[in-house]
Amino acid sequence: MNCFGIRGLNLYYAGFHALKDISMDIEAKKVTAFIGPSGCGKSTLIKTLNRMNDLVEDCRITGEVRLFGESVFGGMDVNHLRKRVGMVFQKPNPFPMSVYDNIAFGPRSHGIRSKYELDEIVETSLRNAAIWDEVKDRLRKSALGLSGGQQQRMCIARALAVAPEVLLMDEPTSALDPVSTGKIEELLLTLREDYSIVIVTHNMQQAARISDSTAFLLLGDLVEYGGTEALFAMPKDKRTEDYITGRFG
Amino acid sequence: MNVNKKNHQRKLSELFMAFLTYGAAAATFGVLFFLVAFIFVKGIPHIKPSLFSLSYNSENVSLTPALAATVIATPMALLITAPLGVFAAIYLTEYAKRGNRWVILVRVTTEALSGIPSIVYGLFGSLFFVLFLGWGYSMLAGVFTLSIMILPLIIRSSEEALKAVPDAYREGAFGLGAGKLRTVFKIVLPSAMPGILAGVILSIGRIVGETAALIYTAGTVAQIPANPMQSARTLSVHMYALSTEGFHTDESYATAVVLLFVVILINAASVRISRRIGGRA
Repeated sequence: MNCFGIRGLNLYYAGFHALKDISMDIEAKKVTAFIGPSGCGKSTLIKTLNRMNDLVEDCRITGEVRLFGESVFGGMDVNHLRKRVGMVFQKPNPFPMSVYDNIAFGPRSHGIRSKYELDEIVETSLRNAAIWDEVKDRLRKSALGLSGGQQQRMCIARALAVAPEVLLMDEPTSALDPVSTGKIEELLLTLREDYSIVIVTHNMQQAARISDSTAFLLLGDLVEYGGTEALFAMPKDKRTEDYITGRFG
Repeated sequence: MNVNKKNHQRKLSELFMAFLTYGAAAATFGVLFFLVAFIFVKGIPHIKPSLFSLSYNSENVSLTPALAATVIATPMALLITAPLGVFAAIYLTEYAKRGNRWVILVRVTTEALSGIPSIVYGLFGSLFFVLFLGWGYSMLAGVFTLSIMILPLIIRSSEEALKAVPDAYREGAFGLGAGKLRTVFKIVLPSAMPGILAGVILSIGRIVGETAALIYTAGTVAQIPANPMQSARTLSVHMYALSTEGFHTDESYATAVVLLFVVILINAASVRISRRIGGRA
């Protein structure tokens, strides 16, 4: 089953053609990686999936993106879309409030008020993001006091707290040290049992380690898309081969 | 030899720069210290219980009515302006599109307004509130004039505070499907609160120190105002009146000491409040 179906997607920032006629299906309950050099459009593409590009002025989109068959541009309420499609950003961005309030912010936004329910969501989310043991004694303290890696796992927990179906991750480890990166990659491998994950990474080894499928983008074009092992072992396109063998990018 | 000479020159210029910076710091501190000391020396000997009598007459030169008027006028003006200014700033930073002509107009206007001397506000208040609306010399006319005067200050500082909130917070909240209203009021506004309160504290300073805008709007009657339509003088206006009349210069200094303490007290309280609000994080 596919979680996303993308057909003929074009995206323009003012006059700049950032995504060119992209069509692809993204499988549910799998990890899909977007790779490519800086400026290739991989972040733009992932931000189209939960319409974060709406925030960018002068951004025009044509084509179709469907989430489990439903068009995300048509009648779908954007807040409901973002509840179903969670996002983790490049830099950890905890809100300046307690760990508990960070996690509870999403559920509260969607109308959950009962303390009992919130307590349970906070604990489950933190457990699923493999950070419960590190923060359980400091839930009421500021999230800004956590280390960078802890902050990012807390942000993952925060995204999980609204019970999304898909998790989008925009270079989630690029601001982290190797040990924290390892922890997050480990976490991703457990999360893929329950969530569909789309991850943007500039790190090819990371894509090879954790993803089931990989898409290679270059200058707004989807150059090659397929199973990760096949794509890295036998790239069909010359440009893919040049990129993964380190000839550019 | 040449190297030695260069080293020597560099040492000299470093010494000179050090002298300049330390000198500037010392001069600043010195002026401030001298000013406060001067007021204290001239004023403290004249602080007597009679200065705090409940009503003013030319015998006791009581400052109580003026103190009361100050304490009443400040929150009234803030109550009008703070919500207005903060909401205007929220519109400018969070809702208005970039390059919107209306926004540019509002920005230019606030900039222009913040540069206008307060006597002009006083003249406007006197023509509009006192005469045109027929409020007469009254606390209400004074408070409204002050409100208009501090509006640009509050808008500007709130705007800066809101702009300083990292976009990552907004992205994070939008990414959870929180929606605009919740993002602005639950995430952005609380993060900007310390900066907004700093602007409010500055405004308090302007209100408490204002004379020109008040003389022609609130008048100079030395009484505790029983209702907003009565005339009253704040501590600054009281000082101005005492010194221009020339009979009570000593009491004027004593009043200055009290005014100084009021300002310090207000600032300390504001810092406390902003810590309490901002420090919840």
